[in-house]
Amino acid sequence: MTQINVRVDGASYSDDVEPRTLLVHYLREQLGKVGTVVGCDTSNCGACTVHLDGESVKSCTVLAVQADGSEVTTIEGIAEGGELHPMQKAFHEKHGLQCGYCTPGMIMASIDLLKNNPNPSEHEIREGIEGNLCRCTGYVNIVRAVQQAAGKMSSTAGAQA
Amino acid sequence: MIPASFAYARPTTVDEALQAIAAGGDDVKIMAGGQSLIPVMRLRLAAPETVVDLTKVAELRGVREDGDSLVIGAMTTHTDILRDPLIAQYGKLIAEATETVADPAVRHRGTFGGALAHADPAGDLPAVALALDAEFVIAGPGGARRSVPASAFFVDYLTTALDEGELLLEVRVPKLGEGWGVRYEKFNRVAQAWSIVAVAAAVRMEGGRIAEARIGLTNMGSTPLRATATEQALVGADVSLETVTAAAAQAAEGTEPSSDLNAQADYRQHLARVLTGRAVRAATGL
Ligand SMILES: Cc1cc2nc3c(=O)[nH]c(=O)nc-3n(C[C@H](O)[C@H](O)[C@H](O)COP(=O)(O)OP(=O)(O)OC[C@H]3O[C@@H](n4cnc5c(N)ncnc54)[C@H](O)[C@@H]3O)c2cc1C
Ligand code: FES
Ligand code: FES
Repeated sequence: MTQINVRVDGASYSDDVEPRTLLVHYLREQLGKVGTVVGCDTSNCGACTVHLDGESVKSCTVLAVQADGSEVTTIEGIAEGGELHPMQKAFHEKHGLQCGYCTPGMIMASIDLLKNNPNPSEHEIREGIEGNLCRCTGYVNIVRAVQQAAGKMSSTAGAQA
Repeated sequence: MIPASFAYARPTTVDEALQAIAAGGDDVKIMAGGQSLIPVMRLRLAAPETVVDLTKVAELRGVREDGDSLVIGAMTTHTDILRDPLIAQYGKLIAEATETVADPAVRHRGTFGGALAHADPAGDLPAVALALDAEFVIAGPGGARRSVPASAFFVDYLTTALDEGELLLEVRVPKLGEGWGVRYEKFNRVAQAWSIVAVAAAVRMEGGRIAEARIGLTNMGSTPLRATATEQALVGADVSLETVTAAAAQAAEGTEPSSDLNAQADYRQHLARVLTGRAVRAATGL
């Protein structure tokens, strides 16, 4: 067992983990953060995407010990004061989901995309979420949701500036 | 599935890493970004006794200049490469290939050195390193350094010149500045997919003629290859559609690509010719 100290969604945790524990299993099984899901065994689907020190990662392809000393943000940590994050709202309003299994990862990947590129073209959105697979929607509404969130988020950022 | 149990070491310097590797028993695996190693361990295709994780070895990360060369630390992530100003200026071929690797989340963790040490025939960076005649700087168990040229580094399928206990430290590539045109042309069918075939081309032009040509082929054999016949046909030739087309027609000469679910060997050879034509046309501005 190895001790790790990590901040997850704003709270600090100190835990013993086996080195082989994947970050996604630590989040789900030790912290109960079951909003982050596992969709594959091959690092392809992106359903498990979280932010590690502000950058998107596939949490099934990171060891929990590697998060020691880091800040993790999951889908459970992005709403503020009971208000959905603009990206969550946009997925809801634009029907960017059907079964919803890919959604936590899609949202975390999309937030990462907008951080690096606040006004992406449709093509850039499709490239930005290329590591996230959806078996239901055909992606059209997902792209629309990201476009809506980009508009909202840049206009709020503009209003604050 | 989750990986089998292993002992875990997280060194912070190269010396500590070499010690941890030496002390790790018979079956030690070095972990860079883990983006190939963790999937393989999850599928239990690898079950090392010890994992030595390099993510905290800061001295291995970053790009610097050394005279006419760029020196790229093994732990420089794909994302670092895409944001690096020296790469943007002198390493555009590396950047073009890196952009096609996997997806943003994998590129945040996967590394330049890890992708080369992994030596997957379908990986995008080995052919680029070969085309650039990169030099691989390697540290051995006692700390001794040696340097291996790309032509000797890629030995076979998933096999490099790295011996047990050795650590890849950095990779030196020539700066390609004024006069050089480059292009990485990758053919695949779905998002975040590996290359079925890809071509890395770097061409230096002088007074309307081709002075130097470097062409690397991805996934045309168990290691990356140079399209030697095409290179020879291009050097000294004028920059024209006819010469480039004729030279590209020789791109698959001497190759023995595999046949698999993605493509038959003869189709791969066809792709090599077509992609070489596209890459050289783009690199020369035709
Ligand atoms: C979904 C997905 C899609 C992908 N698509 C592509 C693609 O299209 N093109 C592509 O090129 N790659 C692709 N990759 C692989 C990606 O590029 C990886 O980043 C890369 O292959 C391995 O880099 P890494 O840093 O993660 O290395 P690791 O996985 O940590 O290590 C890989 C191997 O190299 C060895 N190693 C690593 N560093 C060193 C060192 N410094 N010294 C000695 N040995 C070392 C390790 O022991 C291990 O055997 C993909 C990966 C995934 C998960
Ligand atoms: S669970 Fe599929 S990429 Fe992580
Ligand atoms: S909504 Fe079902 S997988 Fe995307």
